[in-house]
Amino acid sequence: MIELDNVSYGYGDNLLFSDLQLTLTPGSFHFLTGPSGAGKTTLLRLCYADLLAHAGQVRLFGKDAAGLDRDAVAMVRRRIGVVHQDCQFLDHLTISENIALPLIVAGRAAEAAGDLAELLAWVGLGSQAGQLPPELSGGERQRAALARAVIMAPDVIIADEPTGNVDWDMSQRLLRLLIELNRMGKTVLIATHDLAMIRSVKADVNARVLRLKDGTLIQAGAEL
Amino acid sequence: MGDPQADRAVPPSGITARLTVFVAAVMAFLAVLALALSLSAGRVAERWVSELAQAATLRLPASEDQADALLRAALHVLETTPGVASARALSADEQAALLAPWFGAALPLDTLPVPQLVEVIADAGGYDPEGLQARLAAEVPGAVLDDHTSWRAPLIAAADRLRLIGWLVVVSIFAAMAAMITLAAHASLAANAQVIRVLRLVGARDIYIARGFVRRFTLRAGAGAVAGVVAGLIAVMLLPRGDVAGGFITGLGFAGAGWLWPLVIPPLAAIVAFFATRAAALRRLRTET
Repeated sequence: MIELDNVSYGYGDNLLFSDLQLTLTPGSFHFLTGPSGAGKTTLLRLCYADLLAHAGQVRLFGKDAAGLDRDAVAMVRRRIGVVHQDCQFLDHLTISENIALPLIVAGRAAEAAGDLAELLAWVGLGSQAGQLPPELSGGERQRAALARAVIMAPDVIIADEPTGNVDWDMSQRLLRLLIELNRMGKTVLIATHDLAMIRSVKADVNARVLRLKDGTLIQAGAEL
Repeated sequence: MGDPQADRAVPPSGITARLTVFVAAVMAFLAVLALALSLSAGRVAERWVSELAQAATLRLPASEDQADALLRAALHVLETTPGVASARALSADEQAALLAPWFGAALPLDTLPVPQLVEVIADAGGYDPEGLQARLAAEVPGAVLDDHTSWRAPLIAAADRLRLIGWLVVVSIFAAMAAMITLAAHASLAANAQVIRVLRLVGARDIYIARGFVRRFTLRAGAGAVAGVVAGLIAVMLLPRGDVAGGFITGLGFAGAGWLWPLVIPPLAAIVAFFATRAAALRRLRTET
């Protein structure tokens, strides 16, 4: 589904990682950990073609990301739901409009009405549908971002520190939602530096925990 | 035109909106005036051409003893020439009036050997000037027919240049409008970089994002141009009116179907804005990651 084959990336002369191997198979669940600045966000951005690898090959749904034109990248992103730590909403649109945005840009706005009510209820934002993003709390915004990421029924969900701005209870609630999505068959990749959070849900999901440190990606072991 | 959904995704922006409407209004106002100039120049040129094309002057040699005979012969030739509507010898007073600017009003014309002038007016079909010249050469020796060709050519050229300049001004106005709207679109795209990033994140294609900006700028330019055209037409109507033979400035304006020309400006402004914004947006989106 998403494959990184000997991928290298850096900023200027600073090489973040090299010869990195990663395969996300359908229905798999991955945690990506590592210290701040290790390159977790960069690795995620490579996975949804927001960046292009300096060396090696990133294959998205069987296609080389480097060979995708701009329209093809847009099509790939419709199959990958992304949740950012800072959520990235359009502040002049209501939460329901923001959540429906992927359907709207895909020309499927008519489908939004039915899916939206169900999705808002699922993330517990039914009563906040008409509010603007700045009017919501951090946790509510994260749940709205998750709802936006899944409204297109994507094959893959990529979340970058989705629990970074929320309290423990809310982070658990968000994780449960992601685990639920994984049980529906979605591939999930979550970048986080919060090992306690990973431990808290490890028993509930068959997750692979990867650690990115010093430019290499290794499978995390007993420390978890 | 554009996409209302995409337009909704772009947040309302105050300064670029007002700037685009203002620029379109001013440009449309100037375009109305330039159109009036061009169309007026065209009408004046046509009037000059038609008036001069129908009139000619026959000059008979100043011969004291044969003057009457030459005049009779000339009038006979002219009256029997197909295409000549009328021929009339200018009176002594009319000839004196023609010479007054050079010799003064108290000119004793009857003591000078002044050639007799005959005004020749052609009918709608006109006459054959070469045939008439040949007949005059045979029957009225020394007579010279001046059909005003040497006068007409520079007048026609001047009027045509004026008309061309008017159209060039109109074209320049729309080119300037395109440039300004392109700048405004760039400013708007830069100001909405975060919006563009979010739209891309959720799978929006470049053309979808561009449509949001295109629709907005097209509608603004169209609305501004409507206001500018209304103001321009009011300004033209307030200009002092001259009669048909009046001066060029007092004749500046529209006549007949010419009043319809300004109505073309708002849709044209919208079309210019559409393509200028589309090109600017797609170019900028292509160069951004």
